[in-house]
Amino acid sequence: MAYEVNGQTIEHDEEGYITNLSDWSEDLAKVIAETEEIEMTDEHWAVVNFLREYYEEYQIAPAVRVLIKAIKKSMGPEVGNNKYMYELFPYGPAKQACKIAGLPKPTGCV
Amino acid sequence: MSDDVKKFLYLNRKAPYGTIYALEALEVVLIGAAFDQDVSLAFLDDGVFQLTRGQDTKEIGVKNFSPTFRALGDYEVTRLYVERESLEERGLSPDDLQEIMYEDEDDDWAEKPSIRIVSRAEMADIIAAQDVVLSF
Repeated sequence: MAYEVNGQTIEHDEEGYITNLSDWSEDLAKVIAETEEIEMTDEHWAVVNFLREYYEEYQIAPAVRVLIKAIKKSMGPEVGNNKYMYELFPYGPAKQACKIAGLPKPTGCV
Repeated sequence: MSDDVKKFLYLNRKAPYGTIYALEALEVVLIGAAFDQDVSLAFLDDGVFQLTRGQDTKEIGVKNFSPTFRALGDYEVTRLYVERESLEERGLSPDDLQEIMYEDEDDDWAEKPSIRIVSRAEMADIIAAQDVVLSF
């Protein structure tokens, strides 16, 4: 199973998470978003970029409540709340946003 | 705190790499943190090596998960007890450990250290005060 981006083949697992984290690019993020039926807005990118930075710093993808708390702190309560996050990522902010961000599935996420 | 909150202590006794215990313990802590229990961690014996600063795992080809300890504050895990005698027996001092901070919600989000150095006797009291002790 793989994504096709700019003539490149990027492997992913049975749930769509990419196998090799260094394969990620913004173009790949757009392709993954399309398969998730998400149109990327500035808010989507803000969440995705936050997740990448969090992973870079702590080597884990945060659990959803940790993500929402952190987004609330950095971007304010209008964006950092459950309802808005689920509007951005209807199938779960941590799960879907991590997939688009090229991170492994969050720990404790079933 | 309501009656259904239990005190959980995760005992970490093994070096970070070479066996899977340390990484698995941390994963369990992160998952368990979602259940609103009173969670703390203890590091003794070779477990104190898990918190040393400047870990570099490139040559052994495994992930360096030591930065993940710094995320524990986000999961409201804010007490990491380290046994002084275990450090001393291994020629380590508290300065050899990485800095791990949490933000205290009840104190205007002031940054405070999560690592608390305790004596062997204090560690025994901490363990005795728990409802659940999980040893890794």
